[in-house]
Amino acid sequence: MKLVIAIIKPDRFEAVRDELYKAQINLMTVSEVMGHGRQMGVAEVYRGVKEMGNFLRKIRLEIAVNENFVEPAVKAIIKGAKTGETGDGKIFVLDLKECYRIRTVESGNLAIG
Amino acid sequence: MNDNLAINSGDTAWVLMAAALVFLMTPGLAFFYGGLVRRKNVLSILMQCFIALCVLSLQWVLFGYSLCFAPSDGFWGGFQWFCLNGVGSAPFSDYSSTIPHQAFVIFQMMFAIITPALIIGAFAERMKFSGYLIFILLWATFIYDPICHWIWGSGGWLRNMGMLDFAGGTVIHANAGIAALVTALVLGKRKGYQNMPKPPHNLPFAVLGAGLLWFGWFGFNAGSALGANNVAVNAFLVTNTAAATAGLTWMLLEWVFNGTPTMLGAITGAVAGLAGITQASGFVGVVPSIIIGILVSLFCFIAVAVIKPKLGYDDSLDAFGVHGISGILGAIATGFFASKAINPGGADGFFFGNPHQLAVQLIGIGATAVYALVGTFLIMKIVDALVGLRVEEKEEAIGLDLSQHHEGAYTVLE
Repeated sequence: MKLVIAIIKPDRFEAVRDELYKAQINLMTVSEVMGHGRQMGVAEVYRGVKEMGNFLRKIRLEIAVNENFVEPAVKAIIKGAKTGETGDGKIFVLDLKECYRIRTVESGNLAIG
Repeated sequence: MNDNLAINSGDTAWVLMAAALVFLMTPGLAFFYGGLVRRKNVLSILMQCFIALCVLSLQWVLFGYSLCFAPSDGFWGGFQWFCLNGVGSAPFSDYSSTIPHQAFVIFQMMFAIITPALIIGAFAERMKFSGYLIFILLWATFIYDPICHWIWGSGGWLRNMGMLDFAGGTVIHANAGIAALVTALVLGKRKGYQNMPKPPHNLPFAVLGAGLLWFGWFGFNAGSALGANNVAVNAFLVTNTAAATAGLTWMLLEWVFNGTPTMLGAITGAVAGLAGITQASGFVGVVPSIIIGILVSLFCFIAVAVIKPKLGYDDSLDAFGVHGISGILGAIATGFFASKAINPGGADGFFFGNPHQLAVQLIGIGATAVYALVGTFLIMKIVDALVGLRVEEKEEAIGLDLSQHHEGAYTVLE
């Protein structure tokens, strides 16, 4: 089991979400975060639009997946989020030790859904 | 004879206050619409409304007032009052004998400002700001000003025909509503629009805006009596009654058909009721206002919840569905329910033995609708040719606040 964490540009979120749905990945958690990469936040969000301050708005997705869904998830996220410009984001794949579904108290691969 | 002796201070004080109330409706509208759009576009709505205050206030005093109200038998008002030349403190009796002429100017200005602002609801979240500026200037001058002249101006052909429009159900609401429909169709749907509205990002703002609109509408309708008198009181009373009835009706309709009473439904209903009673407010009594409130709520509900999803056009904030349709219904209802017992300066309608009034109302609405439709379409095409109408897809995805104004409405960390 793996936990896929993706930091993406906010305006790519809908595209990423649609790609994930297409890949049969429907379970995810989304939050709004601030962040920057090597450019220390001066990288432009949009032609000439620099956000105030060093940190830029990003969206974080957290998706718990079974092994066979890791690659489809990563592929889908990249497909939706990549623009070729600075600030596209990053994907982290973490080992997931355990997972429970609260309602049914199932655990393991079954709980990931 | 000193003209100033003719000025009634009670009338003047009320008209000035009413003008301020109607002014407040434009920022109120800004929050009503602003709360209904997605977070990334809220500033664009506020900006469009606020800048309308600036652009159209100037347009009005420079030439808008003259084009609306300078006496003329022609297509629109004369040019003699450009820069308010000849418009002073003495009353101008074609419009009112008891208030300074300039008080009438100020009062009417607020109507001229809010009318183009209403259209914002139809093209929200995708209109270019530069295109918007040119659009409202052209629309105010070539659509609002002529129609206002026809119905309210001295020498206007619909006014001469006896059309009744107490506070602008046709001049403002039906007019803007139809223009709104045209802009929605010309611009096309928002990207990703699936015949379902996107969730409002800040319903409390929308409620605040609706409250300010209801409050300001007392100035809109009761102020149109241009005096502190019985007609103003009647207008105040029926305005409130229609709004209350319509808000309640919409809430009940939702409860029955959608299962739950919602905040958005209640405020939408109230606004529909306010728009619907506008034309009739100086001519009808309480019972007709209740009937009007129920009818506009019902028709607008069907238009917004049933017809719009079916037809699939993207009138983002229901500028046509709520203002346009209720304005049209209100204009027709005036033809039925108007009574000289309420306002001797008006006329009797169909139910009071004068079917002719209904015919006049229909002619007036028809002419307004056709002209607004064709004229708005042409203006959109002109603006498109000049600077373009719609933002690029990428700008639409990022949001108009960042792409058009380089501003974010809300910060995340600080």
